[in-house]
Amino acid sequence: MSSAVKDERVQKTSFITNLLRRPEFGALMGALAIFVLFSSVDTTGNFGLPGGIAGWTDIAAPIGIVAVFVALLMIGGEFDLSTGIMVGTTGLLTGLLVTELGLDIWSSIVIVLIFAAGVGLLNGWLVVTTGLPSFIVTLATFFVLRGLNLAVTKGFTGTVRVGDTDKAANYEQAAALLASKVEIFDASFQISIVWWILFTLLATWILTRTKFGNWIFASGGDANAARNAGVPVIKTKITLFVMSAVAAGFVGIMLVLRLKGMQAGQGVGIEFFYIIAAAVGGTLLTGGKGSAIGAALGAAIMGMAYIGIPYALWDSDLTFTFLGLILFTAVLINSFVGKRAMKGRKK
Amino acid sequence: MTAALELRNVSKQFGSVIAITDATIEVAAGNVTCVLGDNGAGKSTLIKILSGVHKPTSGEFLMDGQPVDFSSPREAIGKGIATVYQDLATIPLMSVWRNFFLGNEITIGWGPFRMLNVKKMKAQSKQQLLEMGIDLRDTEQPIGTLSGGERQAVAIARAVYFGAKVLILDEPTSALGVRQSGIVLKYVLAAKEKGVAVVFITHNPHHAFLVGDRFYLLNRGKMTNDFLRKNVKLDELTVAMAGGAELEALTHEIQQVKKS
Repeated sequence: MSSAVKDERVQKTSFITNLLRRPEFGALMGALAIFVLFSSVDTTGNFGLPGGIAGWTDIAAPIGIVAVFVALLMIGGEFDLSTGIMVGTTGLLTGLLVTELGLDIWSSIVIVLIFAAGVGLLNGWLVVTTGLPSFIVTLATFFVLRGLNLAVTKGFTGTVRVGDTDKAANYEQAAALLASKVEIFDASFQISIVWWILFTLLATWILTRTKFGNWIFASGGDANAARNAGVPVIKTKITLFVMSAVAAGFVGIMLVLRLKGMQAGQGVGIEFFYIIAAAVGGTLLTGGKGSAIGAALGAAIMGMAYIGIPYALWDSDLTFTFLGLILFTAVLINSFVGKRAMKGRKK
Repeated sequence: MTAALELRNVSKQFGSVIAITDATIEVAAGNVTCVLGDNGAGKSTLIKILSGVHKPTSGEFLMDGQPVDFSSPREAIGKGIATVYQDLATIPLMSVWRNFFLGNEITIGWGPFRMLNVKKMKAQSKQQLLEMGIDLRDTEQPIGTLSGGERQAVAIARAVYFGAKVLILDEPTSALGVRQSGIVLKYVLAAKEKGVAVVFITHNPHHAFLVGDRFYLLNRGKMTNDFLRKNVKLDELTVAMAGGAELEALTHEIQQVKKS
């Protein structure tokens, strides 16, 4: 039986094909192209220098931290539209725990992260038990939290802002870890960049090198086939919802430490930044394929656009228009390149 | 010799619908047992009983002579009953080695640092597939790039490798062309040679006759015939499966239509 016949129609896959098959390849090329574009139209002569890099990575880092976990969730076949508002909710909650209950910053952070995990658990549980699309379930969570953010904040403070979080006990320690700056080459880089890189590496490791990562691809690729192979699809999906909510909570805490307060309207709309970063990074919207590094690169592209446009003296009102065009172009190229690399695939 | 798997007078009802009545099947190790039936004959219900999805309403379910009572597919898998479903066997976008080890991943390391042993899984999947006669240059390619027959073959090789005692194949050739079907039938025989009890469910008597040792015919929820290979010819099998008399009536009807 072991007389295997080589199929003469199968060509050896080249190095280039293997490269093109990687989901983050498009995002890497895109990031390089955007970098070259803004460096060439830059009027300050600063875009490619440490000062400029510190600027756009500061924008990219908080987007990237959430986006890499949103990408994991999307690879697992689900959406989370409540991640943006979670940044606001967790920031406000940290502020209220500190100012209203007088808790120290560390216990507040622990409580807030547990709260975020709870919301993620609820999202995931509702999605798997009701069978409703996660788009709808998390959209509902988004609006529920949006209303609560405003009502609860007003109820406690009488205004739409929670402030004075820097008066909390141990604030300095937490701020040093999560909201400080590092001076390199006369430019101040945010510590959030370090977290961005660490979380990207962690998410990449989880996705490509652990059993759980295998289950993510399987759950998003074909939930029925995954179940038949013995993959705990429900557990996998719920864990992914928890991870994206906790990542959003982490960013909310970083933000409230840095701003020493939080507006009740914070976070509305940024859930789409995460989804855009993931999609630009090669994550398939239908699940089953994608990469955390791609999502991190997607976030970098958005950061570069945010800083590059004013540096080029373009109308910064058009930033969103630019991001929309990038999203469309990137996904178009990704799907085209992906199809070429998968050539011969039957489905 | 006791059968690897046996159903005795099994019936299954869903509310007022009787799906299977009084079915008796014996599946021996190292044999290919074919269950033939047309659409609606009760093949799917039978598969689901064997793979632990449904419990029979009445009758006995024995494995190696011992009565068993599965409450979930996982339990059946644990006992060594592997089911390969027609379209739901593999995940197209995942690589061959990831598909091969899905749900049975090999890991190294400890606690939270436990990670996949990618090198070992790549080498072992390549080796195992080669033993079944599938030569892949690169197990990193998405399984969706393989043909339908090859994908079924990988799913069969996977089940055999992970110690399936009973292998249930749900219409493995129905969506495939002639050559592709040939590939799958070759692996059915390879699994048989390894001593696995194969249950081959199909509506194609030609495919069944090529590999089968024993043939059960299912019609409208009832077992109508039970043939051993030595006692049956392909023609008889085809006629019996189509319901003999029904086929004659149909031929007659068609001729009437042609005349008018």
